[in-house]
Amino acid sequence: MSTYELYVVDQTKYSFADKVRAFPYGILLLLAAVACVGIAMLYAAAGGNWDPWASRQATRFGIGVGVMICVALIDIKLWLKYAYVAYGISIAMLVAVELFGTVGKGAQRWLDLGLMQFQPSELVKLMVVLVLARVFHSGSTEDVGKVSFLLWPMALIALPAALILRQPDLGTTILMLMVAASVLFLGGVRLWKFILAGVSAIAAVPVAWHFLRDYQKNRVYTFLDPESDPLGAGYHIIQSKIALGSGGLFGKGFMNGSQSHLQFLPEKQTDFIFTMLAEEWGLVGAVGLIALYVILIGYGFYVALASRSHFGRLLALGCTVNFFLYVFVNIAMVIGLIPVKGAPLPLVSWGGSAQLTVLIGYGLIFCVSIHREVKISRNMMGMEA
Amino acid sequence: MAMKRDTTEQDRFKLFTRRAAVIGGIKGVLLTALLGRLYYLQVVEADRFTTLADENRINFRLLPPPRGPILDRFGRPLAVNRKNYRVVIVREQAKDPEEVLDRLSTILPLTDRERKRITREMAKKRSFMPVTVRENLTWDQVAQIEVNSLDLPGVSIDVGLTRFYPVGEDVAHFLGYVAAVSEAELTGDPLLELPGFRIGKAGIERTYDLALRGKAGSSQVEVNAFGRVIQELERDDGLRGQEVQLTIDIDLQSVAMKRMAEERSASCVVMDVQTGDVVVMASVPSFDPNAFARGLAYREWQALMSNPLAPMQNKSTNGLYHPGSVFKMVVAHALLDAGQDPRERVYCPGHYDVGEDRFHCWKRHGHGHMNMTDALVQSCDVYFYEMALRIGIDRISAMANRFALGGRTGVDLPGEADGIIPNRQWKIQTFGKDKGWRRGETVHAGIGQGYMLTTPVQLCAMVARMANGGQAIVPHLATKQYSPEGTAPRPYAEWPSIGLKPEHLKLVKDAMDGVVNNAEGTAFKAKLVGLDARMGGKTGTAQVRRITMAEREKGVKKNEDLPWEERDHALFVGYAPTDAPRYAIAVVVEHGGGGGAIAAPMARDIMTAVLKRDPARDPGARNLAAMPQRQR
Repeated sequence: MSTYELYVVDQTKYSFADKVRAFPYGILLLLAAVACVGIAMLYAAAGGNWDPWASRQATRFGIGVGVMICVALIDIKLWLKYAYVAYGISIAMLVAVELFGTVGKGAQRWLDLGLMQFQPSELVKLMVVLVLARVFHSGSTEDVGKVSFLLWPMALIALPAALILRQPDLGTTILMLMVAASVLFLGGVRLWKFILAGVSAIAAVPVAWHFLRDYQKNRVYTFLDPESDPLGAGYHIIQSKIALGSGGLFGKGFMNGSQSHLQFLPEKQTDFIFTMLAEEWGLVGAVGLIALYVILIGYGFYVALASRSHFGRLLALGCTVNFFLYVFVNIAMVIGLIPVKGAPLPLVSWGGSAQLTVLIGYGLIFCVSIHREVKISRNMMGMEA
Repeated sequence: MAMKRDTTEQDRFKLFTRRAAVIGGIKGVLLTALLGRLYYLQVVEADRFTTLADENRINFRLLPPPRGPILDRFGRPLAVNRKNYRVVIVREQAKDPEEVLDRLSTILPLTDRERKRITREMAKKRSFMPVTVRENLTWDQVAQIEVNSLDLPGVSIDVGLTRFYPVGEDVAHFLGYVAAVSEAELTGDPLLELPGFRIGKAGIERTYDLALRGKAGSSQVEVNAFGRVIQELERDDGLRGQEVQLTIDIDLQSVAMKRMAEERSASCVVMDVQTGDVVVMASVPSFDPNAFARGLAYREWQALMSNPLAPMQNKSTNGLYHPGSVFKMVVAHALLDAGQDPRERVYCPGHYDVGEDRFHCWKRHGHGHMNMTDALVQSCDVYFYEMALRIGIDRISAMANRFALGGRTGVDLPGEADGIIPNRQWKIQTFGKDKGWRRGETVHAGIGQGYMLTTPVQLCAMVARMANGGQAIVPHLATKQYSPEGTAPRPYAEWPSIGLKPEHLKLVKDAMDGVVNNAEGTAFKAKLVGLDARMGGKTGTAQVRRITMAEREKGVKKNEDLPWEERDHALFVGYAPTDAPRYAIAVVVEHGGGGGAIAAPMARDIMTAVLKRDPARDPGARNLAAMPQRQR
């Protein structure tokens, strides 16, 4: 059977030692470097104290790296095989949030895992990438061209989107849709379909608007125009720009950011940590951190292009896009380019679920990297045989 | 089959690579946008944001400068500052100020009026500006508020300085007082918005307010987003207000006040005829200026304002009186200046007729034949009726102006009254064309009655100019020229001359000597006793009501028989010593009766005290080097 032949040809067995040898230690070091920047900023944010943030952040990073290594060492074909299971678990967590979740900041997003508060919507973004990678891995170019083929992945996207929107968390929903769309795009979906989807989405807005309640409409208004709420979101952005701008080229020095330390800067340990960094370390520090991120993102691209399986490529680049969106949305937000949305700066901001999600994402990228020579049949049946 | 699959796989990889490149490109663009924006914020706009950041974190706090003290000519304090504890509330920190005030009321009962004022001020002022709740707290109240400070957010105790006038009533009129800034006086200067800040409202406190006020200091403090002070960055203590030294001699002032207190309402000015230094400026009754610094109750204010004796008025500069016979010296000068022979005699039968009108001399049966000196010494009215008509009102009025009458003297006190010296033009301007000047009015003007109104300080300047040889001295109370920019010595340059011949001045001066020192002089009672100095002077008795024909026929009532407010004003002006004039004095006793009987003895007593002390001997109060040598 040709199917069998392919399966055999694709079979590339790695021993544990091979995997350990192939593990990208350099990139792990880079992640650790970014995390160290974050820990240093959290130390400064607490006024020169390890408590309450820096030490716990370091511990969590350690745990996160452990999870990441496990994710990376799992055979990529297992990820392919159990993609739906992983996806299902994350959806179950979203439903659990709906049922038992903690309410915070006006939305029900958090799941109390004892050790930490976990936000399943973060994880769902990766799981959607995973499951879409599997779907598009199995579809030929012709299949992808068919509208009927696209119905299933659309449903896979729509289910978590609806659940996250219900929390309500419009921002995360949009980010998830963007990540999913980029996987669809990479998977070969025709451009005109994106245009059609975009146009119909815009056309649907007035209809959807009609069904929104007043408080929901207000939320959207504030989302679209933060200046209309100057004491709320607008104030944050203004203070953020002042702190950042006053940092200048070389900054005010570590722990010397007057705006951050005098509490003018809100949420300096979470959303606005980049502002604090830019105030204390200046443009040089800010660009330095962005450079680290660019290397990490570039690595994601490299891994995707080097992978011999379509699944691996889609998975690696999907996770990379997810990581990039974190970085971009956070920085663009604090420098006033896009409206405020509570997005953390990956690996730097205080917060467990975002950091864990990013590390799991890099674990998947590492997994693709380690198994880049593995060819996987498009036909799942062969695998299962 | 495998080939085809591989081809498909390659196509798929090519498509993936292309699309990955697109996504990479988009990311590159987005990252470039981030970097561009960062560059713009942190390099291009860095200065602007640095300024904004400093505005955020740095608060300027004004430190009110201590008000300068006011001293008398010998350096004794007339106005000083005393510590005052007050409780203030800051709206921003109180969160719910009304509730905090409710709690404060349990310690410090607040009246409805106070509550209303506090609420109003809080609404008007910026939220971080403190508003005074109550001043002049006792130690007990301070302690109670401090103990309960946790329950009273935004409430704090402030130590301020309040004005205190150690000699209070004796100096109230020329010193003035300080009081809270009214809404109309707000200029936008934040110093004026400080709670409890007081500015000069009257007298010297007002004239030299800017110099006394000093320059506000400031403290730059770093605050956090909640307004809490983290540290003081810079402090500028400002400049304390300047010390203002007056020419007043407080001892003489007190003597004068005490002497004048024997009358219900009186005023007295003593000045140095050479320098213009005002040594005494007194008015009775007086008021306590400390009450204003403390804050006057509405009822007290009402009582002061409605008192018919006008205790708030500085009668020396604002009391308007007919000069009466005191004015005859001006008429005499006008006559001499017009070429009138002073030896010419006028017969006084006791009255003078102009057309159908009869004008009476104060001496019912007449003085007989009078030359100018006699007429001045005995204050004959008929002589001046006749002579005033000969030269006309305009020459009299012009001479009066040369003697500092008919307009402000320029003394350094606010709101000095102008007074009136009438002439033809004035009459037309005031009453209209059809109401021209009448001869009878010139007759009245000849003895300082009619429309004529003067203030004691004008009369004192008048006699000073007569005594100092016709120099146009201007009275003043401050020893130096004080301004916010600094202090300059007063230039004791030659005063301009008012252009009178020395023999004319001597004649009038000698006549004034006669008034006091000749037995037939109207002010013989004012002759100085026990001093080797003589005083010259002139009495005046100013009628405040018209004596009707009917009354005159029945016999003019004596002053003592009239109700107080219808009695004549008693006036006396003089100078001493006659051989080397140094001091001029003007005394007005409202409704006191006769000038010779009432005002002259008062002037004598005050002048005696002045000559005994001779305040001009004090070298500290005057810049002698700048003063030209004069005959003494």
